[in-house]
Amino acid sequence: MSHYEAPIREPLVLGDKSYHDITEDIARPIEGKANKNWYMAFYISLAAMLWGFGCIFYTVGTGIGVWGLSKNIGWAWDITNFVWWVGIGHAGTLISAVLLLFRQKWRMAINRSAEAMTIFAVFQAGLFPIIHMGRPWNGYWVLPIPNQFGSLWVNFNSPLLWDVFAISTYLSVSLVFWWTGLLPDFAMIRDRAVKPFQKKIYALLSFGWSGRAKDWQRFEEVSLVLAGLATPLVLSVHTIVSFDFATSINPGWHSTIFPPYFVAGAIFSGFAMVQTLLGIMRKVTNMEEYITRLHVEYMNIVIILTGGIVAVAYATEFFIAWYTGSPYENYTYLSVGAATGPYAWAFYSLLFFNILTPQLLWIKKIRRSFIWSFIISIFINIGMWFERFDIIAIVLSKGHLPSTWWRFEPTFVDVGIFIGTIGFFFVLFLLYARTFPVIAQAEVKTILKSSGEFYKKRREQGIPTKPAIVLADNKITEEDSSDNKNKK
Amino acid sequence: MESSKVIHALYNDDEILLDAVKAVKAEHHHIEEVFCPFPVHGLDKAMGLAPTRLAITAFMYGITGLAIAIWMTNYMMIEDWPQDIGGKPSFSWFENMPAFVPIMFELTVFFAAHLMVITFYMRSRIWPFKKAENPDPRTTDDHFLMEIPVGDNVEELTTLLTKTGAVEINVVDKH
Repeated sequence: MSHYEAPIREPLVLGDKSYHDITEDIARPIEGKANKNWYMAFYISLAAMLWGFGCIFYTVGTGIGVWGLSKNIGWAWDITNFVWWVGIGHAGTLISAVLLLFRQKWRMAINRSAEAMTIFAVFQAGLFPIIHMGRPWNGYWVLPIPNQFGSLWVNFNSPLLWDVFAISTYLSVSLVFWWTGLLPDFAMIRDRAVKPFQKKIYALLSFGWSGRAKDWQRFEEVSLVLAGLATPLVLSVHTIVSFDFATSINPGWHSTIFPPYFVAGAIFSGFAMVQTLLGIMRKVTNMEEYITRLHVEYMNIVIILTGGIVAVAYATEFFIAWYTGSPYENYTYLSVGAATGPYAWAFYSLLFFNILTPQLLWIKKIRRSFIWSFIISIFINIGMWFERFDIIAIVLSKGHLPSTWWRFEPTFVDVGIFIGTIGFFFVLFLLYARTFPVIAQAEVKTILKSSGEFYKKRREQGIPTKPAIVLADNKITEEDSSDNKNKK
Repeated sequence: MESSKVIHALYNDDEILLDAVKAVKAEHHHIEEVFCPFPVHGLDKAMGLAPTRLAITAFMYGITGLAIAIWMTNYMMIEDWPQDIGGKPSFSWFENMPAFVPIMFELTVFFAAHLMVITFYMRSRIWPFKKAENPDPRTTDDHFLMEIPVGDNVEELTTLLTKTGAVEINVVDKH
């Protein structure tokens, strides 16, 4: 029996769907051919990615000097982009882990794509610190492995090393969580594939998943425990990212509210990116009946909540900067000095994109509108980029010694690498949308009877969800198990 | 190898399947296996499957990860190469412990998550290049398959399974 759901709740799966219809709908984008729009988007992303790779090669070949950095602003665009991408990478595991623990059934339509987004975003994030090393081939020095320098170990007191552990744990655990959930869906595609090559590939990807009752029992337990482990993990990752700043002694960075405020900001930007991607994907892959207005509204509610936490954090930072009376605090990213200084445009962009725009979501009409949600989500993505840029560039531009004051200007290489990662991200996501089941179909099938529109209507009319038993012909077919495999 | 016969009864609804499993169990037949396209709640209890102990293994793996983190930070930072960082010398693990909390947490999660999933893959025998073992391709789409070993009671079982709403019943030689 599926669980009871109040009739007043809106359905999560629209239309008159059977289990087999769900299979067909999810398999269609994979089995069909890509259209022109897909190819156009793919080539644009590919071009951006290659441009970014070119800029990376230029950086590595020539040196970090090709970036707009200086002695005072030792990191700017790279760490901004790093934090931005890691933040985006927070929604996926939040949706699949935290919402699983809270028994939110609406996550099932969006968790697969959100997790894919997480993994691809963390890839992009990971690129930046590695490039910034200058000698990326020595990147393995961050690992605590015995080495040729005598007993010189990594420094476990350093927040940058905590980052190495946090990000790599997060990436690998998210990947495993995602893949385990994918196994039954790959198996579904494997079992209906007609082309032998496709069948081979999906057989390999599905790890030979057979769907025994015991497998499902373990599958559910593993999902639950992974969710329990991933929930504090998600919160820890951006907490540790915020330590990169908060454990330093710079005014504007040395702030105890950074961890919760960064985590809220990460969820805020992550959900905005999910909204952006799914806004396009539901149309392109015809998933309108699975990713509904209700899903969009729920995500927008999370955005209002986390956006509100971020707004309160900004207000606190601004107030404290003024209240300390310390002249140094007047040059932090949220201060009168920032609002009137050379970076005022970045300061006001932050307030406009991140604080003002999301308030529109209080209006129910806007919150439930696909196009408005899409536009606002892009605004939030921009706003959250500015947040990290402001924290880093504004704070560093005015040090304790006025003679060192300096303005950061990005070079074309800075911009190129950033554009390159956006291209890389979309290349991965577009390939994913063509080859992976974009909705966790096995999970959606479990809620079809409780939350599907068809069954909800039937239940209202007093018709049970269990169909009447039709007696099959009492004919026994004798066959060999090897023939049976080829049947259907 | 001696071949044994099994009945494959296919169902097309989870609730009908669950009732059928209960009915077959009530008649004291052994259900060898049930293949499902998605998890059916209560099926493991109805079949009489023992609860899984994977969560317990995750706990033990987590403890292992924590122990390794403690050993590693102590060996590398305190014993092998103690340093004086920012006037805070690292001569005692306990006093330096707050700085190691992130590492201890991350390694606990890392070990618990990965080793539990590997245990799951090994126990359920799923890994790359493994051949799928579901007897009918429809069991990953919308059909549920109950496998019951039979001797000379084919007729009796078929009648029972038909009554429970099986849409298709096959007697198969399992090699």
